[in-house]
Amino acid sequence: MVTPSTLFTKLWDAHRIVRFSDGDDLIAVDRLLLHERTGGVALRSLLNKGHTVFDTNRVFAIMDHIVSFLPGRGENEARSPGGDLFIRETRSLAKELDINLIDTNSREQGIVHVIAPELGIAAPSLSLVCPDSHTCSLGALGALAWGIGSSKAEHVLVTSAIRVQKPKQMLIRVTGKLCAGSSAKDIALFLIAEYGAKAGQNFAVEYSGRLIDAMSIEERLTLCNLATEFGAFTAIIAPDQKTIAYIQDKPFAPNKDCLDEYQELKTDDDATFDKVIEVNAEKIIPHVSWGTSPEDSIPIDGSVPSNASNEALKYMDIRIGQPIRSLDIQGAFIGSCTNGRLSDLQSAAKILKGRRVARSVKAVCVPGSQKVKRDAEALGIDQIFKSSGFEWGAPGCAMCFYAGGDTFPPFTRVVSSTNRNFEGRQGPKVRTHLASPAIVASSAIAGRICSPDDLQC
Amino acid sequence: MLGVDIVAEPFVKFVGKAVAIVRDNIDTDQIIPSIEMRSQLGHNYAKSLFAGWRYSDIEKRSENPDFVLNQSGMDQVRILVSGHNFGCGSSREHAVWALRDYGIRVVMARSFGIIFYENCINNNVLPIKIPNDRLQNDQELADVQKFEVDLQNQIVTPLSKIDQKWNFEIKAYHKKLLIEGVDPIAMTLKNIEQIRAFYDSDTRDRPWLYAGTRIRSNP
Repeated sequence: MVTPSTLFTKLWDAHRIVRFSDGDDLIAVDRLLLHERTGGVALRSLLNKGHTVFDTNRVFAIMDHIVSFLPGRGENEARSPGGDLFIRETRSLAKELDINLIDTNSREQGIVHVIAPELGIAAPSLSLVCPDSHTCSLGALGALAWGIGSSKAEHVLVTSAIRVQKPKQMLIRVTGKLCAGSSAKDIALFLIAEYGAKAGQNFAVEYSGRLIDAMSIEERLTLCNLATEFGAFTAIIAPDQKTIAYIQDKPFAPNKDCLDEYQELKTDDDATFDKVIEVNAEKIIPHVSWGTSPEDSIPIDGSVPSNASNEALKYMDIRIGQPIRSLDIQGAFIGSCTNGRLSDLQSAAKILKGRRVARSVKAVCVPGSQKVKRDAEALGIDQIFKSSGFEWGAPGCAMCFYAGGDTFPPFTRVVSSTNRNFEGRQGPKVRTHLASPAIVASSAIAGRICSPDDLQC
Repeated sequence: MLGVDIVAEPFVKFVGKAVAIVRDNIDTDQIIPSIEMRSQLGHNYAKSLFAGWRYSDIEKRSENPDFVLNQSGMDQVRILVSGHNFGCGSSREHAVWALRDYGIRVVMARSFGIIFYENCINNNVLPIKIPNDRLQNDQELADVQKFEVDLQNQIVTPLSKIDQKWNFEIKAYHKKLLIEGVDPIAMTLKNIEQIRAFYDSDTRDRPWLYAGTRIRSNP
């Protein structure tokens, strides 16, 4: 009899090349994703040491982290001073080493975790790594995907393998229906707030349950994306018919026969996990962060808790007991690998339609990819954003993290559809409140943190 | 002498001066803000460490006198002490490069972000978990001026509180990388025949993955 095992274990075992005596495994990496922020460094270091790339077909270099988000940007135009060097270096080395290159203004360009699903580079059963912590997003397709440092990326370039200890496993079963106005983002913020930013440390998390089944692929990508803010090694969701329908016919997707097999890929009924969390989504209303860690998140009708740290209170210029709703804002951002997909833009556009952003608010939307941008423009969504007063940028990570260049001024209070409210994340002394695209849109209209229901007209 | 496979100075037992920044969830954006990341290999990131906290104006490098690293004698610091989830957030290896370039050889924390922990090992910085029953509160942590760190025997001794010493865990492989300073790539290449055999076999099982579908930018 075969021992029942989890989806994660099945994929792990299928990719194991060597098991070492100290408990580490050498895991085969099917695809390696690089970006210009650290890709050039890894490629240059490899060349300096006289190494070669194991398999150039399975490596992808993507321009996303620091490319300019100004419309009509040039191919070397960076949003950070000196950033063009990273772009040029990554491009030139990608060409020299003959790896796949998705350049600044290519049709396929976008944030790595947005375009990897779009192109089928990420797909069920594949193992993928990338020197970016949000690589866990790709687990939403039933892939074994996690973030690494750049010297490990160099290691994978040379060996097509990575030495790593198998993490423990956690099941998060989410039942119930989404509360009106809530989204995958709110489920994730709730979990991080409830269990803490380190609750997932050394765990791979599998999400399952009726709500996950009901979620679209884009919602699942958002949920898995935030697993790193939970401290997890990665997250994974078993592929289903939706996954197969989403992935088939994409240029890098597995062929049809394989895809049919992948529908069977799931955790066995009797498999055990090291930890199980059960969540009923029905009472999870939209969440907003008040502090400087994603775990500092509260329901939108909540107040800053009494155990708030002095550092966070001071940085955010907020006090214990203060309701999060109605805080005045001066900035709004929609985009990122967390919430920069078409459905995210659609949910914001529904609220923005026929309304104007408050005069005091600088509002920016940057679609997660060229495809998201094209699809949104075909639906007229760009016009809704622009007429409401939002800027409409060119795809990339954009204002999710500050890298120098254009951002919100110091002390600006920003509501953002991104993933990190760390000090200085969106600019020196900028105060970030994480929320769903719908909350960002309604808050931008009102000029204060609020939900769409709070809007008077 | 450094040879082909030896890429770092081996890690030996030492006594080091410590500085404590006892907060939970210190993320890699704090350890090094993104604007500090320069592309050149071998760039020295010492001045970038904690730049957002260390300078009242990051561009002008005007020092914030309240920040601990701006107090005198800090250039002697070799050990950083912190709280839970140190190094969470972004995977940027620059966070470890900044610590290393500043002179930090050991980071002690209640727990670590996973990617940061691995990045430490790859850059000859030793991450040590502080057990919950040692130096139990922030003040106790901050009070220790010097630690003896013995990687070979996996023992940490707070010199002012010898009774609080502890044995720390580290994987045998990580210990080998740190003590011998060997290159992880060279280590893995010892298994290159098994890697090739895996891919030879997998090419028959999943031909589509190796078919050579390519993308090259044509804007």
